[in-house]
Amino acid sequence: MSIIPDQRGRFGQYGGRYVPETLMPAVLELEQAYLKARKDRRFQAEFDSYLKHYVGRPTPLYLALRLTKKLGGAKIYLKREDLCHTGAHKINNAIGQALLAKRMGKPRVIAETGAGQHGVAVATVAAMFGLQCEIYMGTEDIQRQSLNVFRMRLLGATVTGVDAGSRTLKDAISQAMRDWTTNVRTTHYILGSVLGAHPYPMMIRDFQSVIGREARKQIMAAEKKLPDHLVACVGGGSNSIGLFHAFLKDRKVKMTGVEAAGLGIEIGKHAARFAGGRPGVLHGTMTYLLQDADGQVNLTHSVSAGLDYAAVGPEHSYYHDLQRIQYTSATDEEALSAFDVLAREEGILPALESAHAIAEVVKLAPRMKKSQTIVVNLSGRGDKDVNQIARIKGVTL
Amino acid sequence: MEGTRREARGAGHQTMEQPNRLDTTFARLKAKAEKALIAYIMAGDPSLQETEQLVLELERAGADIIELGVPFSDPIADGPVIQKAAERALRSGTSLKKILAAVATLRARTQIPLVLMAYYNTIHAFGEAGFCREAARAGVDGLIVPDMPPEEAGRLDAHASTAGICIIYLLAPTSTPDRRAMVARRSRGFVYYVSLTGITGAQLTDWGGVRQNVEKIRKVTTVPVAVGFGVATADDAAKVGEMADGVIVGSAIVKRIGDHQHDSRMAEQVGHFVRSLKTALVHRTVLRQA
Repeated sequence: MSIIPDQRGRFGQYGGRYVPETLMPAVLELEQAYLKARKDRRFQAEFDSYLKHYVGRPTPLYLALRLTKKLGGAKIYLKREDLCHTGAHKINNAIGQALLAKRMGKPRVIAETGAGQHGVAVATVAAMFGLQCEIYMGTEDIQRQSLNVFRMRLLGATVTGVDAGSRTLKDAISQAMRDWTTNVRTTHYILGSVLGAHPYPMMIRDFQSVIGREARKQIMAAEKKLPDHLVACVGGGSNSIGLFHAFLKDRKVKMTGVEAAGLGIEIGKHAARFAGGRPGVLHGTMTYLLQDADGQVNLTHSVSAGLDYAAVGPEHSYYHDLQRIQYTSATDEEALSAFDVLAREEGILPALESAHAIAEVVKLAPRMKKSQTIVVNLSGRGDKDVNQIARIKGVTL
Repeated sequence: MEGTRREARGAGHQTMEQPNRLDTTFARLKAKAEKALIAYIMAGDPSLQETEQLVLELERAGADIIELGVPFSDPIADGPVIQKAAERALRSGTSLKKILAAVATLRARTQIPLVLMAYYNTIHAFGEAGFCREAARAGVDGLIVPDMPPEEAGRLDAHASTAGICIIYLLAPTSTPDRRAMVARRSRGFVYYVSLTGITGAQLTDWGGVRQNVEKIRKVTTVPVAVGFGVATADDAAKVGEMADGVIVGSAIVKRIGDHQHDSRMAEQVGHFVRSLKTALVHRTVLRQA
């Protein structure tokens, strides 16, 4: 595996820059600014300092003893991104990009959000850096994630509902791109996952790869050997690539990305791009995409707003084809059941997104030896999902 | 099979030796010191049958070139008017394949230049080579792909060139001088100058900026320059006509189609509006010559 992406933002045949001309200069400016910042020790020191003192990094790598015992197989370690400030890994990227926005002299930031975790992270860093902030969110997601909507407003952000298409993450990204096209001179678009036009997938991967660098050191300290298996959920794929990246060259470390199977792959209500998609272009990048024969983007379904998206990060498409990373999926039901397991065995409420990764661990761990280890990325905490879970269980709060 | 294919080619296909209808139209207008009126409608809005009627009506009303939008589920460069038109077109079952069939039907009745405006994924799903071949055979003259900058056009550019289809690239107020030269050089048929920093149907206010940028584009290419986005009224069209070789009107036409979609006289209503655009353009030309 060579250094990817190449200069044109290509991960093999995936990636690229499929954006309107109005945005091309901004995308090129962002690439220049990021490449300069990446080499700049002062930028890196500032970024690291915020990660340490504001986000609370390094996050713990926690040995889930009761879960391990219950499943009766491999030792399970949780990478506790749920303990980051604001409750998910999203803040790592939000800080990196807000620092860049400041460097580029852009006083306003915008973002899309699905589950609301990225929106909250951007609203948070915008407040901290004194940037004007607008968040786009599908009206379906606004309903599912009302708590996060209110959190963003408390932080001073404007939350704008998007009532088009499936009224979820996909439509929020489209509307954010339209805003960026209109206000590109004053605005930086803080995209939340490893999606979009180059340099976003590369830059966001770099900002999130702190997860895997920490996990590698921590597991080596705890076990004196590399883990046998890494597991993470994949929406756009930023928490998973963040964990996996530091281990890609370690051939013996297996990796599994877990997509949302929703109500079931066979009935078509899901967001499992590698199960039902084929290469196409959405929101600026060539990647696996759920689409019909005419290239129209399919509506997706998942109980988890953060996984409910028709495309996946282009770097994942590349490793999928190379078979370096295996991709599987978990249904809504399996994720909800995994949520309960983690709550009862470990006293941790995972985000519904992360519960998909736990669902895979529930299947995988019993098939592995007790001497083996799994590191699973607990990418976010489930407080935001409590209202929705109550609704699903028929409980009135 | 081969025989029918050759016949079909005869109806619409343009070989490399035959000049493209876009080039001949701009040349003919230039000889009269007239500016091209380019009318955008969404193919399949509200149905492809009505699109065919609309194309003929727009031609009668004075449109010189027709741009046919190919509906896409996620049109990131479009404002609400064209987004809704795309939704209507998709609901009526429109696909790129059916649009090409409609173009082939139209070619028996009109030789007006037809340009498709399609988001890249609809072409990618069709297959780039097959699309260019079949589009040329149906009688398509040009192609605009709003989310495909020249940097990503590699193979599509080559296939289109072989088929004799012009790829029309866009320039924007944000384009740098380097990009202006590169994009203009790659563009065939005409260069599409996006008049404002924004999406289709937004309001155009910076007229001075449009004039300056069109002049800068003219310095780097001899291909005609057409201006679109935010051109909404006859007066707007006349003003653009003073600066550029062509005027593109989209949302203002599409809005009228949407407003009158259940009206049996819809084509007539739309034709009436387009006639007012053409009259303003020609009138301004006459005044200028006087």
